[in-house]
Amino acid sequence: MMDLGVDFVQLSLAPIVIGTLAAIACALPGNFLLLRRQALIGDAISHVALPGIVVAFLVTGTVAAWPMMIGAAGAAVVAVALIEAIKRLGRVEPGAAMGVVFTTLFAAGVLLLEQSDTSGVHIDVEHALYGNLESLIWFDATGWRSLLDPAALAKLPPQLFRLAIVLAVIVAFIAAFWKELAISTFDPGFAETVGIRTGAVGFALVVAAAIAAVAAFDAVGSIIAIAMFVCPPATARLMTDRLGRQIAWSVLFATTSAVAGYVFAGYGPLWFGSPHAISAAGMIATVSGLQLGLACLLGPRRRRAVQAAAASLHNP
Amino acid sequence: MSPDPQIELVADQGRTLTTDQSSCPLEVRGLTVSYGEKPAVFSVDARFPSASMTAIVGPNGAGKSTFLKGTLGIVPLLAGDVRFFGLPFKQVRADVAYVPQRASVDWDFPARVIDVVIMGLYREVGLFRFAGTRQSARAMDCLDRVGMQDFADRQIGQLSGGQQQRVFLARALAQDAELYLLDEPFAGVDAATEHAIVSVLKQLKADGKTVVCVHHDLSTVIAYFDRALLINMRKQAEGSVAEAFTPETLQATYGGRLAESQIDELRLGLA
Repeated sequence: MMDLGVDFVQLSLAPIVIGTLAAIACALPGNFLLLRRQALIGDAISHVALPGIVVAFLVTGTVAAWPMMIGAAGAAVVAVALIEAIKRLGRVEPGAAMGVVFTTLFAAGVLLLEQSDTSGVHIDVEHALYGNLESLIWFDATGWRSLLDPAALAKLPPQLFRLAIVLAVIVAFIAAFWKELAISTFDPGFAETVGIRTGAVGFALVVAAAIAAVAAFDAVGSIIAIAMFVCPPATARLMTDRLGRQIAWSVLFATTSAVAGYVFAGYGPLWFGSPHAISAAGMIATVSGLQLGLACLLGPRRRRAVQAAAASLHNP
Repeated sequence: MSPDPQIELVADQGRTLTTDQSSCPLEVRGLTVSYGEKPAVFSVDARFPSASMTAIVGPNGAGKSTFLKGTLGIVPLLAGDVRFFGLPFKQVRADVAYVPQRASVDWDFPARVIDVVIMGLYREVGLFRFAGTRQSARAMDCLDRVGMQDFADRQIGQLSGGQQQRVFLARALAQDAELYLLDEPFAGVDAATEHAIVSVLKQLKADGKTVVCVHHDLSTVIAYFDRALLINMRKQAEGSVAEAFTPETLQATYGGRLAESQIDELRLGLA
């Protein structure tokens, strides 16, 4: 029993915590993106992290975390600017503009990666997509007691600390600008007249999403980020009609996706007699999708559009 | 001993720096807005005097909503000068309440009726703070004034169009403004709501507030409003309803798009 505890703490605890932090960091801004019908922005900035990282590698010649994150964040800003430019200059609808930008930049990143000599370092497309959650091992842990040992805690995978900081920043942003985010999402015209700078609020939201995407990308790959921007908030929307509760539900669903996904990926195949674990990132994203599917069938607020239509029919 | 006239003058000017009830609540000069290359509103001058109730009338796509949004800076102005109580809008935001078109927002947004009304107290609550019980009580009072007090906890998507419009009006009341700008407040509402909204607006006017509505229903202009501004990209007429809302000005504004029978009906209403 003691051995199992040590194994779990060494091998699984850090990935589960990191996966959960990444999932929540993406789900929080995802709520507002979803309500603004900008859910694809999360997809776009998660994809463009790849070219950003490749460029950062080509410029600095290292795969240190901070240059990578700055590169990815820069790429996210470039992508958002490009999306705006295409929307305005080409008079293209927002979804199409986002789709064009992120596929093009992602493809450019793949080409760049192929052409550059990255054989000596660990960046490749697969890593970009799935991350390497399973490799985030806490070598210094000797059991649950290590959670109280400062020396061992200091040796936790650094992604954990980065994600914790990023999550704290995002929580602080949403708490501080709750009213501004809510009002400008619901009624931008009104928001403008009461003195809310809706453009700045929208930009700050995208920046928060970009920070989340980049930190998640660094730790767990873009698949999780993409899924977590959309699935937990969309699932949460089917559970409640209040913004605060929707966000609380989305945190819960992000957490259950991360934990259940990791456990299924690591131990699920064993239950079916297969010795090979499967990709945790893929499984976490899949679980979040399944949760959404279940909520579509069973969520208490899934019929609200129909109800609203019926209400206005009976009582115009 | 009479007071020094110079000092009186200074005092007068000083007063204009805060909201001055004696200066015009909204004065617009040469307001021009363009989407792309074609102007939507071209060089419109208008005054909205204190304690008046004005209907902005014109055909679909004539730039009525754009005019309102232009005054508030929601859409950028190509040209023009807009003064609220003699000042730029930024300095008097708290005295102006705007009610956008009901259809301009997504009513599936996860919020209750009371949450939307509390949005009207945004400036009072202040940065980094949340609304408290005092604000909730104020919001309830405003819901009461539009007859929606029993719906406070209802999700906004479950309301009928008329109820949604009343919630928007309650939010404007919560702003406790001097000037109310409403975009099509009677569009798609039931008779009971129309009656409720009109009586609230008339009460506002009786209390000395100024009301401006983009209004599409020509048959109720005379009954509801005392002033009219007719727009079809350019200003066609402006003044008291008797002066500005005539078969001739309407004909000019709608460019022959009104049927003879409609004009006749209006003639009867005016008589």
